[in-house]
Amino acid sequence: MDATAFPYGLRVLVVDDDPTWLKILEKMLRKCSYEVTTCGLATVALDILREKKSKFDIVISDVNMPDMDGFKLLEHIGLEMDLPVIMMSIDGETSRVMKGVQHGACDYLLKPVRMKELRNIWQHVYRKKMHEVKEIEGHDSCDDLQILRNGFEGLDEKSLFMISDSDTMRKRKDVDRDHVDQESSDGTTVKKARVVWSVDLHQKFVNAVNQIGFDKVGPKKILDLMNIPGLTRENVASHLQKYRLYLSRLQKQNEERILGTAGQDFSHKGTSENLNLRSSFQEQPSNIANGYPHASQNIQTQSNMLDSQLEDTKSTVPLSVPDKKRSLVSDAADSQNVTSASTLGGVLSFRGMPVNQERKPSETMILECHAWSGGMPSKQFMQYPKHNHERCDLLGDYSCLPKPDLEHPVAPGNLYAPPPLISMSCSMEGDGRDFPDVKPALVDCTKSLSPALTCTVDSVSVRLSDSVVTSTDGDLKFSSVDGLSSIKDCCFDQTNSQGTLRPSQEPSIIGCTELASLPEDLPGYPLQGVSFESIPLSAFDFSHYNDTTMIQSGLQNNWYDDDDLEFSSEMTDYPLIDGRLFA
Amino acid sequence: MAAALTNQLHALVNNMFATGLLDDQFQQLQMLQDSSAPDFVSEVVTLFCDDGERIIGELARQLDKPNVDFDRVDSFAHQLKGSSASVGAQQVKNTCIQFREFCQQRSRDGCLKTLDLVRTEFYDLRNKFQVMLQVLPNVLKIHLTLSIEFH
Repeated sequence: MDATAFPYGLRVLVVDDDPTWLKILEKMLRKCSYEVTTCGLATVALDILREKKSKFDIVISDVNMPDMDGFKLLEHIGLEMDLPVIMMSIDGETSRVMKGVQHGACDYLLKPVRMKELRNIWQHVYRKKMHEVKEIEGHDSCDDLQILRNGFEGLDEKSLFMISDSDTMRKRKDVDRDHVDQESSDGTTVKKARVVWSVDLHQKFVNAVNQIGFDKVGPKKILDLMNIPGLTRENVASHLQKYRLYLSRLQKQNEERILGTAGQDFSHKGTSENLNLRSSFQEQPSNIANGYPHASQNIQTQSNMLDSQLEDTKSTVPLSVPDKKRSLVSDAADSQNVTSASTLGGVLSFRGMPVNQERKPSETMILECHAWSGGMPSKQFMQYPKHNHERCDLLGDYSCLPKPDLEHPVAPGNLYAPPPLISMSCSMEGDGRDFPDVKPALVDCTKSLSPALTCTVDSVSVRLSDSVVTSTDGDLKFSSVDGLSSIKDCCFDQTNSQGTLRPSQEPSIIGCTELASLPEDLPGYPLQGVSFESIPLSAFDFSHYNDTTMIQSGLQNNWYDDDDLEFSSEMTDYPLIDGRLFA
Repeated sequence: MAAALTNQLHALVNNMFATGLLDDQFQQLQMLQDSSAPDFVSEVVTLFCDDGERIIGELARQLDKPNVDFDRVDSFAHQLKGSSASVGAQQVKNTCIQFREFCQQRSRDGCLKTLDLVRTEFYDLRNKFQVMLQVLPNVLKIHLTLSIEFH
């Protein structure tokens, strides 16, 4: 491995409420040849990570943020995504740093942060990988270890950073190789020894969790209660992470729906708010297409759980629980039957979109299933047509199982800003909207404008609460809707070199990261509103400049005579100085 | 003509460094600017100016209340401190540190006085930035590079 090229392409998520810092950090990280995504709000960052945790290697976050304490974010990330997190602050007091370490930060940087500090952050990623290897060594599976060892040696730098966790790798095996994410596909899969979480096993797990009480639960207690030989604490711990993640996602979706974001219709059931989704599901035909396994034996327990859950939700509508038997169907069940759409509400819904009316039901259904699954990662979504597993798999399975009381991981009382909803209709180069072609694109068009789109995104609809803002065709423009915080929280992958992304010049976009990675042929592109170029000189008050009389008198002249003053300042080499300047 | 102007501008910026208005962080920003982001400094400074103004407004609002929530004031002062540190606005940053001390002491008078001070300093800095960037962007770029060399 070439040591100097090693951390190239490290995928970093930067979270900071200060737009100035966000911009600076982004620039610095890009200079380190990292792939940067910026985010102005912790809550949105969490959403992004939940949606596509496998797409990031490391997170850098400020400590002081308005919507969520940085330490809390740190905790969540550690619990749910297990990514290395670096904290930053202008405040370098020992107590603060200590707090960071205690909460699990792998480093604590003081602002102003310097390039050299950022260059080195890859070590935290690498260190974590090494720890994962060691953990695997503690497991029985020699085969896995062998694969892992081979995998490590065979990796190029990019592959190394593609490996986030075993689940990611498992999904990757099934991923369509054409997926534009360009993941390591040369067989260097790295996986931990995995326990197969069968329905029964998961049921025992959930029973144990319920028995202990969700608030007090811990991997050790669960392990003891479950009393399964061969099951390790690590297995339970990672399973617990996912479970929590899944539940929080479900609850969030439910809340979204309840808060009236639903443009979806319960049409075939009537649109009463008291619609009991549970019963509606039971009545539906069994050909709702998603990957959930059969879990009908749990229906009864679920019903009980749902009832107890009702008090926790803010309305009488219970959590939608896909509790029925399902089989994979690739052709269209009537999309109306997918009242899972009701849970989507404001999440990801194409159906209410003004664009693309001819969407095939199968496509719609898939998308809805995708969102319906809560945190079901896009990878799994991609597996859909080939997908044929019978055991519980990642988050998809938990939906069929009872849920204990859940404390929403995001600060309670954090009432509900719907996450940024970006539905995009993508057309492939050749305009076909065939299902298999559209699928990878649609997957990526979930919440962020993924750089990996192979299609040219030709329109964007942003669904916000009750309003839908549609962009124009031809260009990918974002019209922000005033007063809706969600669009302000949009985060964008910054490495898009293919898309023609141009947000409209909208001063109310605060905290929204700039699409600073615009291709260089968009000069003078106004970001964050004000472009100074246009301000008339007379607007300035020069009375302060007693010592710059030259400037004042010089205003009469044309400053732009010397257009040929070529100037480039790379970071490490200063430009040649035109001798005329100093004549 | 341009040369003389450059010298004057050079003097202006040097003066800002010399009087402690700006610190090394500003030079770091200059160094980050490159052909892929030719307006980087300008953009960052603009962000700072807008954000700084917003925060000062918040500070004033908070201190205007009959019952001042000093924790909130402190939080805004902290924000301004962070923001000013990002562009190397050293003087403003130091005033923010003072500000926070008054917040700790729950001194409304102290806070109000410091607010006035920080406001004045901020607007002064902002004006200078605006002149630099608006009036002489091209020359500025060259100049700023030079100032790195000469420092």
